[in-house]
Amino acid sequence: MDGKQAGKLIKILINQKQIDCEEGKTILEVCREAGIFIPTLCFDPRLEPYGGCRLCLVEVKGINRPLSSCTTPIQDGMEITTESENLTELRRTMLSLILSNHPNDCLRCEKAGDCSLQELAFIYDAAPARYEGERWDLPKREDNPFITFDPNKCILCGRCVNICKNVMLKGAIDMTGRGFHAKPDTAFGKPLSPENCLFCGQCVSTCPTGALVEKPSARTGRHLSVKKVKTTCSYCGTGCSFFLNVKHGKVTKVTSDYDSPVNKGNLCIKGRFGYEFIHHEDRIKTPLIKEGGKFREATWDEALDLIASRFGAIKEKYGPDAVGAFSSSRCTNEENYLVSKWVRTVLGSNNVDNCARV
Amino acid sequence: MAGLATSLGAGAASNSFDQISEADALLIFGSNTTEGHPVISIHVNKAIKNGARIIVADPRKIELVKWADVWLNLKPGSNIALLNGLVHVILKEGLYNRDFIEKRTEGFEDLKDAVEKYTPAHVHELTGVSPEKLVEAARIYAGAKNAMILYGLGVTEHQTGTENAMAVANLALVCGHIGRPATGIMALRGQNNVQGASDMGPAPAAFTGYQPVTDPKVREKFEKAWGVKLPSKPGLKSVEMLDEAKKGTFKGLFILGEDPAHTDPDISHIRQALASVEFLVVQDIFHTETTRFAHVVLPGASFAEKEGTFTNGERRVQRIRKAVEPVSGKAEWEVFCEIASRMGYQMKYNHPSEIMDEIASLAPIYGGISYARLDQGSIQWPCPTKDHPGTATLYQEMFSRPGGRARFIALEHKGSGEVPDADYPFVLITGRRREHYNNGSMTRRSKGIMEMFPEELLELSPADAAKLGIKHGEMVKVSSRRGEIKVKVRVFERSQEGNVFLAFHHQDVLTNLLTSPHRDPITGTPEYKSCAVRIEKL
Repeated sequence: MDGKQAGKLIKILINQKQIDCEEGKTILEVCREAGIFIPTLCFDPRLEPYGGCRLCLVEVKGINRPLSSCTTPIQDGMEITTESENLTELRRTMLSLILSNHPNDCLRCEKAGDCSLQELAFIYDAAPARYEGERWDLPKREDNPFITFDPNKCILCGRCVNICKNVMLKGAIDMTGRGFHAKPDTAFGKPLSPENCLFCGQCVSTCPTGALVEKPSARTGRHLSVKKVKTTCSYCGTGCSFFLNVKHGKVTKVTSDYDSPVNKGNLCIKGRFGYEFIHHEDRIKTPLIKEGGKFREATWDEALDLIASRFGAIKEKYGPDAVGAFSSSRCTNEENYLVSKWVRTVLGSNNVDNCARV
Repeated sequence: MAGLATSLGAGAASNSFDQISEADALLIFGSNTTEGHPVISIHVNKAIKNGARIIVADPRKIELVKWADVWLNLKPGSNIALLNGLVHVILKEGLYNRDFIEKRTEGFEDLKDAVEKYTPAHVHELTGVSPEKLVEAARIYAGAKNAMILYGLGVTEHQTGTENAMAVANLALVCGHIGRPATGIMALRGQNNVQGASDMGPAPAAFTGYQPVTDPKVREKFEKAWGVKLPSKPGLKSVEMLDEAKKGTFKGLFILGEDPAHTDPDISHIRQALASVEFLVVQDIFHTETTRFAHVVLPGASFAEKEGTFTNGERRVQRIRKAVEPVSGKAEWEVFCEIASRMGYQMKYNHPSEIMDEIASLAPIYGGISYARLDQGSIQWPCPTKDHPGTATLYQEMFSRPGGRARFIALEHKGSGEVPDADYPFVLITGRRREHYNNGSMTRRSKGIMEMFPEELLELSPADAAKLGIKHGEMVKVSSRRGEIKVKVRVFERSQEGNVFLAFHHQDVLTNLLTSPHRDPITGTPEYKSCAVRIEKL
């Protein structure tokens, strides 16, 4: 991003290795850039750091307690340790506490394989049974066509609430209740509606667990068994990139591309949920030729021969000014180029236009 | 886009979307960004959170007005008057950037003379915007260190669309608010590949990369590459092809992935034109209002079914990748190769990457672009060579006009082609909704979207609703000089008194039966944003 002033370069030590970095960044940012792993649950680069999950704790020489790396800015000469026995035990404890009120039903969970909690519990060998106590048994919310909310899987990281309030400026959901009863919820527990919710699914895109998942793609394929094809959205000129999730030759879901320079994982309702048309039964599947006012199915050869001969004949009879083409802002650059080339080389006309003007 | 090209050199946004959040002031002009470009509006939201001052210029009280320091609630069709008024205030108050004007522009004296009479009082008469708000907006915009203008189709979809864009450029140039990061003009593009479709030169007067067909040197280059003699006379614009079809002089038309019988203005005229074409081929993924006029319909491949590239509204070339097989077995690029070859011109590519290589060899702005590079990451044009990193911010050194200077253009207020009168007392503004896209053929096939956003509603101000005795949810007939439709009413404070709003996504509410036949004389862009209608309770 060339609009931002580059900060002063300073030197720090991370795990005894010297790293040159820009002043103003947090310890977590610098570590991520340097490829040093630090576990997080409440962190999303799209959000202001919250420092709530306490997993990103690191040790800093001269400070007698661990610091949350997502909220601590680097300072010249800082000596940072990201892994130690003490940090591992702290992280394992935090994770075990979360798991003590979590369904731990990874076998049946949509998010398995793509779940930060599952992944970190594995890395830190956190046991669900370490702490026993009361568990949530709240009803699953499926009261809109796009988003399923299972509050029992919520770890109270606040990311959904934060992204809705601070990135989308909507605030359709907020933290409600206190203590054991705290959970993100809609106003008065009512279903999300077009009056308060954009159905952009940003909350789903930031949820680190299976608490918020896409409803239309439920049970269509687990993360690791689904092919992910990085592509560019076909709605609007923003050009968000995302992953088409493909299983058995069908697009089953759209997931965020967090590294995209355009949208950084953000999407709107159309991009995230508007993919059903791809396999819709109304798709035109074969060429159609009109005969006696009605369309009949035709082979490609038949249709393309007809097109070639009719355009040829009309050009012959009326001249190249009487033929032309409209190209499409929905098609690719390569296709637009070929339409232009076809009209100019084959029809011999400049009667070719795109729909930018209409 | 012709407007910006004339003033600055390139018909494209000058900056990148992610720079929007770095600006100190944003002027959002004729763009309901929150709905038209939801993800760009996330950058706007970030600017708001960062404390940027926000000016909204729009006849509708759009969602962003909630966050705006000033809402310039202009009457539809008065863009030039408002922009001239802002320049007037900036000149009078000495807020202009003398250094920038001297070093990087031409034609300043003409502009100065032209805006002289656009005093805040006069602008108030023409636009309805109060003098206080005009002055405040001028001070915020001119006073910012980094200011960006985001504009949408509310600028271009007028009979003065090209001039409106020039007026936007005048404002930015007077303040020197262009040619730096987080400082410039973002023309927000409607469809996914509008920018790319413009770049690729399916255009009557330009080859790929905006190279004029009238230039013998350019023609020679393309003739050599394509191996045939090429016509030197510019062709017909889309709207002109349809005009000629109706007259009976235009006979054979191929329409690729477009639905003019739904999305073009004054549909009755379009229907007659399409019915007059001797041989019409339409290629689309669904049946539309337009396919019914075709003699041959070809199945299209959706974006998920082919390889290719799209260029977004910040000139960023990005790959699309095949995730599933085309329903019909062929992608459009293959179809065009086959038609050309059957007509005696060999067109053969093994993969779209070879087409991009040919584009790069002919269009200097795409000169350094290849699939191999795009697989490493997207690239913003101009990218003239293989080792060029692409361009995030245009005009940092010079403008891409002859001589390298930007040009001020003196403009006068003209208004809309059709204004309200006793028979048709309301102004109809048309536009988009967040949840639907264009003719709706894709979004209306999403169950969830249709469950939550099933129908079109006419937005009517509470004052007008009371005057007409119409309640929320009641059906009305909306008629213009060209046609009529029936639609349910949403009484909504987003509309100002005298203005109503409709989107055009639904086939059962064909808004474009009503819209205006007036067009921009330079680009042919229709005046979608303003026509006169009557509303009657049913």
